Amino acid sequence: MSSYPDTVAGIATALAKREFSSKEITSHYLAQIAAVDGQLNSYITVCNERALEDAKAADELRSRGEAGPMTGVPYAHKDIFCTKGIRTSCGSRMLDNFVAPYDATVSGRLNEAGMVLLGKTNMDEFAMGSSNESSYYGPVLNPWKTSAVPGGSSGGSAAAVAARIAPCATATDTGGSIRQPAALCGVSGLKPTYGKVSRYGMIAFASSLDQGGPIATTAEDLGLMTNVMASFDRKDSTSIDHTIVDHVGELSASIKGLRLGIPKQFFDSALDPDVATATRDAIAELEGLGAVATEIDIPSIGLAIPAYYVISSAECSSNLSRYDGVRFGYRCDDPIDLEDMYIRSRSEGLGNETKRRILIGTYALSSGYYDAYYAKAQRIRRLIRESFTSALADVDAIVGPTSPSVAFDLGEKTSDPVSMYLSDIYTTAVNLAGLPAVSVPAGFVKGLPVGLQLIGNDFEESKLLRIAHQYQSVTDWHKRKPPIG
Amino acid sequence: MAIVDDEVREIAYLARIKIDDDEIPGYAQQLSKILDFVAQMDAVDTTDVEPLAHPVEAVPHNRTDVVLEQDMRESFQSNAPQIGNSLYLVPKVIE
Repeated sequence: MSSYPDTVAGIATALAKREFSSKEITSHYLAQIAAVDGQLNSYITVCNERALEDAKAADELRSRGEAGPMTGVPYAHKDIFCTKGIRTSCGSRMLDNFVAPYDATVSGRLNEAGMVLLGKTNMDEFAMGSSNESSYYGPVLNPWKTSAVPGGSSGGSAAAVAARIAPCATATDTGGSIRQPAALCGVSGLKPTYGKVSRYGMIAFASSLDQGGPIATTAEDLGLMTNVMASFDRKDSTSIDHTIVDHVGELSASIKGLRLGIPKQFFDSALDPDVATATRDAIAELEGLGAVATEIDIPSIGLAIPAYYVISSAECSSNLSRYDGVRFGYRCDDPIDLEDMYIRSRSEGLGNETKRRILIGTYALSSGYYDAYYAKAQRIRRLIRESFTSALADVDAIVGPTSPSVAFDLGEKTSDPVSMYLSDIYTTAVNLAGLPAVSVPAGFVKGLPVGLQLIGNDFEESKLLRIAHQYQSVTDWHKRKPPIG
Repeated sequence: MAIVDDEVREIAYLARIKIDDDEIPGYAQQLSKILDFVAQMDAVDTTDVEPLAHPVEAVPHNRTDVVLEQDMRESFQSNAPQIGNSLYLVPKVIE
């Protein structure tokens, strides 16, 4: 076959009709990775042998009449999810030698669905970053412009999907790490409600914020992936026992009469004027489909980034204390005593941004500062959640930009952590509030993609995906392909 | 809020991280900048606001206390830097 479909839905349908086998489509993607990824660095590990074995097994299932809806569809997996028998590095030297002894719940569910693992994608170290420049394995480059960043932390997943060297990928979002790279690479991403996708076996950064979700080219594909990834899991104490819904069941329903809230705080001075124009055009497109947009006020949103950096750094300093060189991970050479081993293993095994966040978190949690920083940030977190839930009582979704600018250049923000943090200005509040949000491609500025963000109420992923799907039925931004790929 | 060099050393020691002397001033400057940035939170009166630890305030569920996992010592220890007699080895702590 000369050209294969490049969506999950298209591949799944063609596999079901036996237009090609999983082995053929998997070989196609492995060949594309080999041809293209040298220019992008989006994969840390490519699983050639295992992918072909999985594809063969998927084809056998199908020939026995036992295939499910996603059997044989290839995917890329962010290297933060533990995969039994495969190195799981989390983008860090600390875990460069770590071969996961068990599967994350999400990995197990993708296996059980019969999906084919192409490889593990590059990411900011321990998911801490907004540009994918903090990876031990080197930066990922943006397929639209290789001097620009792909966003982060799921930069490898977003770049691989954009370049069509994976039809879909898993990702995680602690402060924007699914939505911001999806926006900067011109693909679609869903951050589900906190508690919807199991965190078991997903290497922890900030446990009260971390949430797994998919990146793909279309809203429909996000729904198909969410159907596989979401589950109630007793192994994750914060997993929420919610009603399992079919996330693609409502996509074709009209959005006529849906109420959209446009927060005026999202169109502040931080927003690039051209991105603002593209965002307003996208909102006008939704109004053309019958949605009703009104300006709303979410006053506490300006405090999201300060509160986010206190909470996420505090939780990171606690979570990352497990990397001590004793049971797994990097150990320094010739330690003179136990303390020397702890200190040098951590200092040599962790990168600069990770260390900076551990230090901030350690400071914020230290005696005498806890109330001023961590407790204060948690109080602000409540104000933020309350202002979102009160806004969402009157509207069906909140709509605005995903990122204040299009992809910035490599090295542009690395020397100033605060300017890097501000690239997540429209996304972190959503994690603090625990809400679901989607980013979909909504135009271009200077040849680089713009993302539109849709934020919904708890467990209203299906409604967000419906709005996104309806938008994608009248626009073609999500079909545009970058020069590399 | 300005962080001075000695505070960087102290915080780094608490986190068991070594920062080289020539990097200390850079860290001090960056940490100070981050703390100045987060000080924006002080502008809001939160006296009567309860801290929110978990975004969706559901009660964490507990599992029943039964063994689910098999003994996986060998596969876990295959990742260990140093083992002996199935024990994790570290530098000697008692002379």
